Amino acid sequence: MQIIENEKKYDVVIVGSGAGGGMATKILADSGLKVAVIEAGPFFDPANPAQQTQLKWPHESPRRGAGTTRAFGEFDMAYGGWEIDGEPYNRIGDTKFDWFRSRMLGGRTNHWGRISLRFGPRDFKGKDRDGLGENWPISYEDIKPYYDKVDKLIGVFGSKEGMYNEPDGYFLPAPKPRLHELYYKKGAEKAGVKVMPSRLSILTKRINNDRGICFYCSQCSRSCSVYGDFSAGSCLIFPAQKSGGQVDLFVNSMVREVTTNDEGKATGVLYINKEDRKEYRVSGKVVVLAASACSTARILLNSKSAQHPNGLGNSSNLVGKYVHDSTGSDRMAFVPDMMNRKRYNEDGVGGMHLYSPWWLDNKKLDFPRGYHIEVWGGLGMPSYGSGFNPNNLNKYLGLKVGGYGNGLREDVKKFYGSVMGMSGRGESVANINNYCEIDPTTVDEFGIPVLRFNYSWSDYERKQARHMHETFEEIIHNMGGVVLGDKPGKEKDYGLLNPGRIIHEVGTTRMGSDPKKSVVNEFEQLHDVDNVFVVDAGPFVSQADKNPTWTILALSWRTSEFIIDQLKKQNI
Amino acid sequence: MNRRDSIRSLFLGSMAGGLALESCISAPEEVINEKIWQYQYGRTPEEAARDEALLAQQYFKNTELNTITRLSNLILPPTPEGTIEEAGVPEFIEFMAKDFPGLQTPIRGGLMWLDSYSNKNFGTDFINSTEDQQHQVLDLIAFPDPKASSQKQEVQFFSLMRNLVMTGYFTSPAGIKELGYKGNQPNVWDGVPDDVLKDHGMSYDASWMPKFVDQSKRNDQAVWDDEGNLIS
Repeated sequence: MQIIENEKKYDVVIVGSGAGGGMATKILADSGLKVAVIEAGPFFDPANPAQQTQLKWPHESPRRGAGTTRAFGEFDMAYGGWEIDGEPYNRIGDTKFDWFRSRMLGGRTNHWGRISLRFGPRDFKGKDRDGLGENWPISYEDIKPYYDKVDKLIGVFGSKEGMYNEPDGYFLPAPKPRLHELYYKKGAEKAGVKVMPSRLSILTKRINNDRGICFYCSQCSRSCSVYGDFSAGSCLIFPAQKSGGQVDLFVNSMVREVTTNDEGKATGVLYINKEDRKEYRVSGKVVVLAASACSTARILLNSKSAQHPNGLGNSSNLVGKYVHDSTGSDRMAFVPDMMNRKRYNEDGVGGMHLYSPWWLDNKKLDFPRGYHIEVWGGLGMPSYGSGFNPNNLNKYLGLKVGGYGNGLREDVKKFYGSVMGMSGRGESVANINNYCEIDPTTVDEFGIPVLRFNYSWSDYERKQARHMHETFEEIIHNMGGVVLGDKPGKEKDYGLLNPGRIIHEVGTTRMGSDPKKSVVNEFEQLHDVDNVFVVDAGPFVSQADKNPTWTILALSWRTSEFIIDQLKKQNI
Repeated sequence: MNRRDSIRSLFLGSMAGGLALESCISAPEEVINEKIWQYQYGRTPEEAARDEALLAQQYFKNTELNTITRLSNLILPPTPEGTIEEAGVPEFIEFMAKDFPGLQTPIRGGLMWLDSYSNKNFGTDFINSTEDQQHQVLDLIAFPDPKASSQKQEVQFFSLMRNLVMTGYFTSPAGIKELGYKGNQPNVWDGVPDDVLKDHGMSYDASWMPKFVDQSKRNDQAVWDDEGNLIS
């Protein structure tokens, strides 16, 4: 069986269709370039009734929303999860890294939390602050114009707060908080914790005539059928096609490697078509990798040639190194004042209406980097698990737990909407000893060598998690709530979730000006090969206490403009 | 082609796989078709095929399903608001046992425990015991010992069944109505109702009000000045 050549020659071949790949597709196609987008999963359009899960009731499924087939419940719009049949990965030693992948057009943007935060000036210069990690080669001022453009193109609600490290943007108006969020605000402000409207890429107001406005079903994780939230397919790739862009989508196509010529320049990519299981090659003048930080590292490391014996772009030996996820830890509260609530439609937008950005100075603390707090709760739609342990909370009221009979109906109704929770999401410190690399002992079902991960948290992250729980407990007490569960101790890393669980893995192809200490330059161009770019979260030098998507989008836009310019000048 | 037809035609390709299982199950073809048709939401072809295969099999024997139905009715007796049967709870438990095979032995073993205990003490199996006798059995297993580090199997079994019954009921149309959930439909959120705010001693800060959506202008296209102030 030989490799099947695609006759058409593209200007740019983009691998992956999530935030980074979607933005590159939009900018490059809008400029008139011929673009091929190679996606490992199937075509997906949230407006397609056959694929839609939005507005479905739990009883429309025989498992009532349980998570047997999808990690976040069967209505969640991610085809994949931390484990995918036929696509294994391995862990070194006692590493607990979990790797989430979503195989579909738009990737993980179809189900993500839409938390759209700009990195602030301090976030690009971590080393200047505390001597740890490395500074980015760019500053906030370099990326600010692109954040502005992303805000206006895609839409994000929020409020102008004038905080130095939480830069304001072009916001749509914010939705009013829900009841449990008002309780949170009261408790948090009493504890000196800043509270402000959240910043989510959901349309609370019309932004153009191609996308609908949020109708408050709270189901952004199911991907919006009127395109009222940001997903890369509906907001970037489809508009690029609609405006006449030359975009060819290759779906169900698993990229194995970037191909190179005798001079070591990239010529295109080699992929396996999942439907006929044959190998294909598609060629282009430029290759843009946007497969997600770890998948991109895997493709680069698997792209070995005489010119690149260590893998493509890996002369520094740093591809795969410095992988780091956000920290995460959660706590729940029972708020007796919210028992026996009056009923009304409290769905709101998908996710929280307010949150707490990092509010303290690490110089006065025993850990170097901050975290933000997300809030959840409310009168949500029942799903599998609703009604479990129907009256366990009775123990806080001095009432009997367990039993049977119609008293259970009353218990469930009494406690509905009285439990809420908080999630801390923080910055970890990038570490060269945390990495992914090719595991020569294992291949996936497409015959492609897989990744193995080596990762451990340090005391920087553990102490931060300990602080999260101290904060949660103080806030919960302040709002008159009961803290549920025990405070996780040292033996449980203070409740720190496994790396990979927050699904913000970044840093595998870090950006820098020194080719010995970084993989790409400030334009996300491989130091070693000038016609290969990385526009996912691989180039992140450091995570911030922010979600990475808005920065992926801004950087991808900046890089795409650079590619257009370099092609025009015939530099690449 | 309307939406329903397009779903149906898309579905036909994978339906054949489900029907091939027909020979090894007892349910007539039209019953399986109806069950398969009942559940339509955005599954991948692989997920739909898996569901069809599970729906075409029966795990619990009819006698076990009768006991599950009786036990479910003891956990949540019928009221005018809704019944276990209306909520499809026995079918849901049957499906979950196939969906999470780890549930099979604990449930099947627990059902047998009910019969053994009833036979020994009342001279008949659980379902043929009197209601009073059935209550006596449940009184033994429905209250986990809060001090114990682990519960006896029969207590765990009852807790599992109670969880499945409660979640099955409250995810059904009757249960959702009884719970009073009002969402999952297009809405215009404009904050917590005033009477609720008042009941909880809460209010929206005056300083926050300008940050919020003016829902009367939601359809006006967003326009900003150069400082990022929304002016539409």
